Amino acid sequence: MTSSFTHLDQLEAESIHIFREVAASFQRPVMLYSIGKDSSVLLHLLRKAFYPARPPMPLLHVDTTWKFREMIAFREQVAAVGDVEVLVHINQDGVRQGISPLTHGAAVHTDVMKTAALKQALDKYEFDVAIGGARRDEEKSRAKERVFSFRNAQHRWDPKRQRPELWDVYNTHIHKGESVRVFPMSNWTEMDVWHYIRRENIPVVPLYFARERSVVKRDGALIMVDDERFILRDDEKIETRMVRFRTLGCYPLTGAVESSADTLDAVIDEMMQSRSSERQGRVIDHDPSASMERKKQEGYF
Amino acid sequence: MSEVNTSARGSLRFITCGSVDDGKSTLLGRLLYDAGVLPDDQLEMLNKESRRQHPDSDVLDFSLLTDGLDAERQQGITIDVAYRYFHSARRNFVVADCPGHEQYTRNMATGASHADLAVVLVDARKGLLTQTRRHTYICALLGIRKVILAVNKMDLVDYRQDVYESIEVAYRDLADQLGIRSVHALPVAALTGENVGGRTGHMPWYQGPSLLELLESIDVEPVQSTDFRMPVQWVNRPNQDFRGYAGTICSGIVKTGDEVMIQPGVHKARVARIVTADGDLTQAHRGHAVTLTLDREVDVSRGDVITDAARPAPEADQFAAHLLWMGDEALLPNRGYWLKVGARTVNARVTQIKHKVDVNTQAKLAAHRLALNEVGYCNLDLDHPIAFEPYAANHELGGFILIDRQTHATVACGMLDFALHRASNVHWQHLDVDKQLRARSKGQMPRCLWFTGLSGAGKSTIANLLERRLCTLGYHTYLLDGDNLRHGLNRDLGFTPEARVENVRRVAEVASLMVDAGLIVLVCVISPFRSEREFARNLFGEDEFLEVFVDTSLEECERRDPKGLYRRARAGELSNFTGIDSPYEVPLQPQIHLRTGDMQLDAIVDTLLTRLLPSENE
Repeated sequence: MTSSFTHLDQLEAESIHIFREVAASFQRPVMLYSIGKDSSVLLHLLRKAFYPARPPMPLLHVDTTWKFREMIAFREQVAAVGDVEVLVHINQDGVRQGISPLTHGAAVHTDVMKTAALKQALDKYEFDVAIGGARRDEEKSRAKERVFSFRNAQHRWDPKRQRPELWDVYNTHIHKGESVRVFPMSNWTEMDVWHYIRRENIPVVPLYFARERSVVKRDGALIMVDDERFILRDDEKIETRMVRFRTLGCYPLTGAVESSADTLDAVIDEMMQSRSSERQGRVIDHDPSASMERKKQEGYF
Repeated sequence: MSEVNTSARGSLRFITCGSVDDGKSTLLGRLLYDAGVLPDDQLEMLNKESRRQHPDSDVLDFSLLTDGLDAERQQGITIDVAYRYFHSARRNFVVADCPGHEQYTRNMATGASHADLAVVLVDARKGLLTQTRRHTYICALLGIRKVILAVNKMDLVDYRQDVYESIEVAYRDLADQLGIRSVHALPVAALTGENVGGRTGHMPWYQGPSLLELLESIDVEPVQSTDFRMPVQWVNRPNQDFRGYAGTICSGIVKTGDEVMIQPGVHKARVARIVTADGDLTQAHRGHAVTLTLDREVDVSRGDVITDAARPAPEADQFAAHLLWMGDEALLPNRGYWLKVGARTVNARVTQIKHKVDVNTQAKLAAHRLALNEVGYCNLDLDHPIAFEPYAANHELGGFILIDRQTHATVACGMLDFALHRASNVHWQHLDVDKQLRARSKGQMPRCLWFTGLSGAGKSTIANLLERRLCTLGYHTYLLDGDNLRHGLNRDLGFTPEARVENVRRVAEVASLMVDAGLIVLVCVISPFRSEREFARNLFGEDEFLEVFVDTSLEECERRDPKGLYRRARAGELSNFTGIDSPYEVPLQPQIHLRTGDMQLDAIVDTLLTRLLPSENE
């Protein structure tokens, strides 16, 4: 291999290959867009894979209605570019029931507003394949998942019956009603993502950079007060701290980290020194052991 | 550290394999720990989990880092490949931790197909086991050329040098037999970390590098041939003025102006542009995902391979290949499967299993079928020629998967070896009189009516009467009856599933010739498997093939028992009898579904005639 073909070049080419395989093999592909840094990279790769054509699939954002306001603003900017259609789906049943992470807790909120909502959206648009930005270095059950991950008609993942996946030859055959989740960034690490964002100059939500923000210390995490729906508990007070986010989800469920890293270079430097893993700020991951696996079996992305 | 530093030696993709309980997951966990890449919160979690699983010990159980599935933790085994990513100061690593259980060999092969190197673990107390041999064999089969032999659990044999050395000698012997030339061996104790990330002084007799040092320093040279090859994945047509062919270059280099060939075929063109989103390139090489445009209009579609016109790839439709069978149901020769290689999917069947391999002894054994996890050397027949390379020279154009057409499961991986000469020696002879002309001279539309159903369902009775009626009306027909054919063409075939597959294949080919001759052909065979009926359907044009399901219940067939066969099957005198000890797969969407229970024979034949004849008047 030529020496100028770097580790990042190799990852980029692999991901592009996977995107093209999806577009060529399925009837109704969609790319799941969660607005985070991985989604930003994924969108960048999507555009590259089909250049000079427009991406041959829409984006889908499953909106839990509890995303940070800056995330929604960022999503609107992406939609405004106009080269890709951005679909937004909200589980209206959940909205009617008033499901909220503050009152119902992380597990119920995630189940109704993310997992059930995703299944609704996939069924509604009859997508037979959904591309996501998940990486194998995120979580132990992710580390075991194939790049093309087969789901039955109930959207269930069966980790014991995964299709063997050899070389980059992907089995894309499914029956009606079945679907596949595809992870073009399976082999990327968090560090690769940041290095790539810097190299390619990819815009990301400003919440990733340190700024003074209003936060509350709750259960050991720094939770940002993003709007008036936040319910302050008796013993809590709102403080202003210099914080940033390493991962972005629903604002009441995503802990900030104290940081002074306000530029991309500073963020990367900070990451190099970091001794903790990416998702430790995610309240949802702190369910009993192997919970991600169970959620995934039920159709969580 | 920057990207440049860690990628100076390129990424190393490796697997860890070996028998269950040899300590693979532990070794890998230890390696990550010693490389200093485990974040604090994961270490804390590991501490907690270790204490929960082993309340009496304060040793960290590193296997808990990688066995991430519930079922794995419950059983203490690895079911599926876990991929881990880490880097040292010198290199990026992607490691696939592979399951040891024989039951999950297919997952091990999945891991091996992505690896440049294998770390094979052997338990010092046990020496080489069947799984050591199986995994080494599969590594060799999948083209891994470098192995690190880690003799583990040295602490449990008092760090004895003679124990280590006898295992090393035995393993080198095995590797030699399998054609793996590069073996680095070292003694380790994964539990305590001896020789994993560094040395602790228990084995002064071993002076070589630690496992981590080995991984950092071993070079892996690409296997590949250097001729330009690019399978076309996607035809990019954003507008009238742009037509590009997108794909990942799997070997060699392409430059603008190069003359290329579109394969299979003989068409040539020159590369006009090498398009990427970051601007046009003047050249691109192996690994690049690019879009090529050509200087003239040629027909290029997904699955074609763009190659160096001066050194094109060989093309063939018949091959010898190694197959690792991964399906729960056995491979049946002559059954049709989809074969996917590069971006191309074709129909394929195994025409012959030359032998299967006993992975323990590498002995070649005779075989009529391949069961789960078995390896066989087979002849394959494809319905379209493909551009290919032997697997040893090019994994992308020589490595393929087989997909079951009914279940869509990936049932095998294969490695193309060479094209069978007979493929290139047999050519299509052009005939001046074609099917349309023959049909027109008979004044009818040629058709194949495929009667399927249990023995005694009434297939032959119905077909017989239908043929008489057609004949009276002046149509040209022929009736292929399964029983009659077994007196001649299929005289050599029995009733095993393998023989039934071949039986149906021959009948279908003959029916296809007769339709080509312009006849209306009535076929009566039980044809119990959907796959083979599907194979038959594929030999015909869209409207030419009508599947007629003669749906008579087993009880009714058994009551009629016109040939006394059910009675004999029930008495145990006949084996492989459909409906008794051999399955019948009911058609899911037959064109004509005859429920014989509530219909008179004449009414049935009338129904068939109205289905057959209206199109005659069009």
